Amino acid sequence: MNGPIAKLIGGRLVVAALTLVFVAVVVFVATQLLPGDVAQAILGQSATPEAVAGLRTALGLDQPAAQRFLAWLGGMVTGDPGVSLVSRQPIGPLIGTRLASSLLLAAIVAAVAVPLALAIGITSAVWRGSLYDRVVATATISVVAVPEFLVATVAVLIFAVHLHWLPALSFVPAHASPLQFLRAVAMPVLSLTFVVSAQMARMTRAAVIETLRSPYVEMAALKGASPARIVLRHALPNAVGAIVNAVALSLSYLLGGVIIVETIFNYPGIAKLMVDSVAMRDMPVVQSCAMVFCAVYLLLVTAADIAAILSNPKLRHR
Amino acid sequence: MTQPALDDIELPRRRTRRLRLSAAGVIGAAIVLAAIAVAAFGWAFAPYDAGAVIDTEVFKPVSAAFPLGTDYLGRDMLSRVLLGARYTVGIAGLATLLACGAGVCLGLFAAAIGGWSDAILSRTLDALTSIPSKMLALVLVAGLGSSTPILVLTLAFIYLPGCFRITRALGVNIAAEDFVLAARARGERAGYIMLQEVLPNMVGPILADFGLRFVFVVLLLSSLSFLGLGVQPPNADWGSLVRENISGLSEGAPAVIMPAIAIAVLTIGVNLLIDSLPGRRRERH
Repeated sequence: MNGPIAKLIGGRLVVAALTLVFVAVVVFVATQLLPGDVAQAILGQSATPEAVAGLRTALGLDQPAAQRFLAWLGGMVTGDPGVSLVSRQPIGPLIGTRLASSLLLAAIVAAVAVPLALAIGITSAVWRGSLYDRVVATATISVVAVPEFLVATVAVLIFAVHLHWLPALSFVPAHASPLQFLRAVAMPVLSLTFVVSAQMARMTRAAVIETLRSPYVEMAALKGASPARIVLRHALPNAVGAIVNAVALSLSYLLGGVIIVETIFNYPGIAKLMVDSVAMRDMPVVQSCAMVFCAVYLLLVTAADIAAILSNPKLRHR
Repeated sequence: MTQPALDDIELPRRRTRRLRLSAAGVIGAAIVLAAIAVAAFGWAFAPYDAGAVIDTEVFKPVSAAFPLGTDYLGRDMLSRVLLGARYTVGIAGLATLLACGAGVCLGLFAAAIGGWSDAILSRTLDALTSIPSKMLALVLVAGLGSSTPILVLTLAFIYLPGCFRITRALGVNIAAEDFVLAARARGERAGYIMLQEVLPNMVGPILADFGLRFVFVVLLLSSLSFLGLGVQPPNADWGSLVRENISGLSEGAPAVIMPAIAIAVLTIGVNLLIDSLPGRRRERH
């Protein structure tokens, strides 16, 4: 790895870290905006003022906001994000198991959606303007333009209600066999795959068309190279960076879809935890979930940036 | 990051004022006008009181008496969808107006003033976009609650940075054009230049951006309501209607499908309209 690339990547990582700190400030401030006291909320209206004051001291609420922010941020970094107001459980282990379930769901979706979207995107770029391309374009735009819950609802309607292929709810028994597990997560995976691969196919198509328009592809065509050779040997290797960038960006949209899909199908992931905690105003859990989400999102966006840097030949051969 | 390249944004030229729409654009425009009309006057055409339980049978299929069936309590779905338009279109429209109004003002200001204030404003608003919009919405709803005025402000706040960014980029590009340099040489003041020379030349792209952002706001608002964190009962926008009636999904009840179709028709209609406008661009929320 040479100088300019290392410098650019280092710069991206620094920006990502600074952004994460900024995100932490926004999350912390936003969840403190509503006037109202956490200690009072925990103890209820009938609590004596002394008890409320005691709990305020115990929770550190009597300290200045900046100090509380630093303590909270320190707890986040060291893996001790505090205690849930509702369940009184430590948040760390709670989020750990939920995050594992969500990552498993995301991994399955990625394993299905990435090859599917790449195949659709590349083929529709190669046959651009054809009927196939127009059908794909209409289908992907329609999926992108409607809310995720609509996609999930239609999927349930078709595959669970009409065809009876799959269960509508995602209930995973404690000691599920792999087959039971796959049946249970099939609907969430299917819905998310629709949402993510529509976006990813569109971006892949754009990236491949960009390279197919370049002079060296024209040159290869004039030389008499076969269409397959032009695409596989000349166009694709040069589009890899843009495609990886598209994949990473689309996977970051997966996060938005996960929030809806986990709620619809009752999948016990971190997004469901977040939505439930917002409904119950369980601020410490909301803060922690938001930070985990934003960290994963930044990771994917930064990975997309780095892929774009690494694949830029102007930087590679300097 | 995910910023669009500046040269992706088409600079507007003076052209004849006649707006030509493609067939798809006409359909889109018709859908948008219909949605606005329904939001404004739809309640007057509602066959029943939207809140009244008028039938003992829940999740009724489509019939002459109930054109969209009945909901989970036996209320008339047509009346509820007509009333829901007011919340979906109204809240989203207001929030988008606020976001674009504030975004255009801040963007023009940043483009005019340049230097440190511009850098700080741009970096801060850019950093806000590094929080996924749904996540930011959840955090703000957790902190502020979801009464209707708060929802409007929250949605406007989330989509302000995007509008700021495009206005600033357009403003910086247009400010380098000859006619602006001429105005500057005439000794016009910065405020006059921004409002009289720069702003009129970015109306097309800003309008297209307004439409696009309206779609994002509708999608986010419906998603929030669908999660039970948006418009609160007894009021109901189209997202809440889907949520209320989700138990009818296993019977394929129209009560859950119709409001979802209403959302899809609205967002696709706006997309069709802005795709046929000059100076369009695409972006994902």
